[in-house]
Order: sequence, then structure tokens, then C-alpha cells
Amino acid sequence: MSDTLLISTRKGLFTVARRSGGWAIAGLDFLGDNVTLALADARDGNRYAALDHGHFGVKLYRAEKGGGWEEIAAPAYPPKPEGYEEKDLWGRPLNWSTARIWSLEAGGPDEAGTIWCGTLPGGLFRSKDRGASWEMMRGLWDHPKRKQWMPGGADLPGIHSICIDPRDSRRVTVGVSTGGVWASEDGGATWTLRGEGMRAEYVAPELAHDPIAQDVHRLAQCAGDPRRMWVQHHNGIFVSSDAGRTFTEIKDVEPSVFGFPVVVHPREPDTAWFVPEIKDEKRIPRGGKLVVTRTRDAGKSFDVLTGGLPQSHAYDIVYRHALALDAAGERLALGSTTGGLWVSENQGDGWACVTHTLPPVYAVAFA
Amino acid sequence: MAKVVFTANIQRLVPCPAVEAAGATVRDVLENVFAENPRARGYVLDDQSALRKHIAVFVDGAMIRDRVRLSDPVGAASAVYVFQALSGG
Repeated sequence: MSDTLLISTRKGLFTVARRSGGWAIAGLDFLGDNVTLALADARDGNRYAALDHGHFGVKLYRAEKGGGWEEIAAPAYPPKPEGYEEKDLWGRPLNWSTARIWSLEAGGPDEAGTIWCGTLPGGLFRSKDRGASWEMMRGLWDHPKRKQWMPGGADLPGIHSICIDPRDSRRVTVGVSTGGVWASEDGGATWTLRGEGMRAEYVAPELAHDPIAQDVHRLAQCAGDPRRMWVQHHNGIFVSSDAGRTFTEIKDVEPSVFGFPVVVHPREPDTAWFVPEIKDEKRIPRGGKLVVTRTRDAGKSFDVLTGGLPQSHAYDIVYRHALALDAAGERLALGSTTGGLWVSENQGDGWACVTHTLPPVYAVAFA
Repeated sequence: MAKVVFTANIQRLVPCPAVEAAGATVRDVLENVFAENPRARGYVLDDQSALRKHIAVFVDGAMIRDRVRLSDPVGAASAVYVFQALSGG
């Protein structure tokens, strides 16, 4: 089980460690800077941190195992062809430039040093040299349907979830907000839109079942059963048993089917966790109670987990990367927009508050 | 040679001392600076080599107009200032 957490916040990267007295802040890097995402690569112990320096752009840093942070290459978009025009939703020129690093994932166990990176405004990149250089997956970026992606969680579309099939590293599936679920079976060269069966409430009825109209908030794949995928969607929870080709909607989940994150147990494909919120109109926990929901039967039923979580006047939102499960499938951690951090060591039955005074938390990862 | 000065706020991220650089346009001058300080390039220019959205460049007291091609002229004795725009918050 993992004893270390990386907490990406608006004002720095916090390392939280389990000690004899419980979980506590053990380190702080990039104090004052906007750390939007971090990755701990279990294959080689390297850590990666994405920073948004605002005026000065998005940067990427790496700390080799036991070493300090150094800036490495950030994914960069290729030059836009002369005379080529592409507009955003508002008719403004779409800038081919990394606006945010929205996903970072290690490649497969047979691909030492390979890292994947999803960005706004929709580019997917792969590095084969631990982030020293990046290659854009042109097969996805140049796909004609890519231009139908719409802004979802930001003013630009983006890739927030990357799932590498642990049994076959060539199989890569990504989640797009907004643009559905896309899969490659040849290591990122060619791409197919998947995600039949999802349903969108925010578009005209004619488009409701169009796979490209689906606002996937987070896509999670079961490591032990890679055909099982879970989606937390803008208006529902969906589950797939065929690697994202088709999904079934899980309805009537209390207290809400809206939320951002989902994590799935590494060996039990029917077990997944969510953090429900009141959707568009409020975006706050229902009744001021922060809860986690857990299913162990593929969505037939859900436990509403409240032990140790604030149940009065809680206004914590948990972003899509801010709920994490360790590789053993036992420990969970969640961080909130109001600076709360909770850890569970029993699959969510009970939670301990590590602190409630962090800067806004964007992402949580076990290291 | 134009004098090129960078905002103090960039210095903790990537050192950018004031330098003199040749060039008849903002593009030429900045590219000559970045040839000697390549890490600084991505802090000032975006992936398409345009000025980043919230960076402002002044030449002899006037904000440049061509933020994409950086074609504004620079004189041999010009002062070029690379600042954070207020628009970035």
C-alpha cells in the first residue's frame, strides 16, 4: 500500500506521508506557483509536475527518484500550416498552443520512460524519454471529427483521462471534455470514436446520443480487467464491459449522478468510487454534506460513505483528478477546492482529515 | 544594438538579464536573445512563436502592435522591454 501522496494545488505541490501518528504534510515544492497536476511513475520512481505560470505559460518539471526538480520540455503544438484557419466556439482563431496540461499518465509496463500527456486545446502527446521530448499524436489531432470537440470544463476542449491497457500498451483510450471516448489500438497512430450508449442532456435531442457530444468528466479503466471502464459524465454515470465501445447508464444514484472524479478498483471491475455534487445549477455537495459513493456490484447499488467527512456546511468540490486510489485498492485520498484533504485506509468506509487549510486542490495522486 | 530588458518577475523562473541584441524588428531582436538563452523563449512566446497572451512588449515606450509576427521595427539604439501584461491578473 502506498504511504505517500502528491497534492497539486493552486499554490504549490504538497507531499503528504503516512507516519506513525497518521498522515501529515511532509514536503512542499513550488510554493506560490500553480501546480495543476502531478504524476508519480511507479516504474522508475520519477515524479512529474505540471505548472501553469500564467503569463509565462505551461511548464513541466521532473524529479528523478531521490533528486530535485528540474524543468523539462513541455508538450508543444506543431506550427499551424500557413493560411490554415481554425476557429473556437466563439469564432476566434484557435491557438495551437498548450493552454493546460490536463492529464499525465505513465505508459505500459513494457515501455520504460514512456509518458502520455493530454492537453487543452485537445492535443495528445507521448514522450519516450521521460519528458525530454514530446511527439503529438497527429492521428487524433488531424482526425476530422476532432474539430467537433467542444469546450467543457474549460473554454477549450481537452483530454483529461488517458488509459493504457496494462496487458497491451498499444491500446490507449482517452476521455475528452467535450468529445467522448476515443481509442487507439496501434499505440496512438490511428483513432476511433467509441462510447455508444452515453446520453447528453445539454444538447438538442437529435444529438443526445451522438458519442462525440458526450461530456466525459473522467474515464477510468480497471487494471485487472481492462475491458471494464467507468465514466463520470456531466449528466450521469456510465459503465462499459467492452473497452468503451458501448456504455450502460447507471440511473437513480443517490445523492446525485453528477460529479467529476471516478476511480475503479485495480482487480475488482465492479467496484468504483464517485464524489457526487449538485450539478450545473449549484455545484456544491447536496445538503452541505461531503460524501463518497461506492458500488461493489457494477452499479446495481451504492454505499453512501460519510465516516469522517464533513456533514454540515461543507462546500467542497472535488475535481476530476482529486480522488485517488492506491495500487492495492485499499487506500483512497480526496482533495477539495476549499483546501480539504482526507484519506481512507479502508476503501472509503472511514476517512481522516489530514488538513482543511490547503490552497484549492486540483489533483491528488498516490506515489 | 537594442537594449532588451525583461520583467523582474520572470527572473525567478528563468534568469533573463538585460542584454544588447541586434535586429531590425522585434522578432529579430528577441530571436537573437533566445539564441543565447533558449529556455527563455517558451516563457515569452507560445507554441506558434507569437507573443504569449499576457506578455507585453514595448519598444521605445510604445506597446508593439504585431503580437503574431513581431514585425514592429527596432532601431539601433532602441530600448525593448518585455513585461507582464496587466491582463494576466
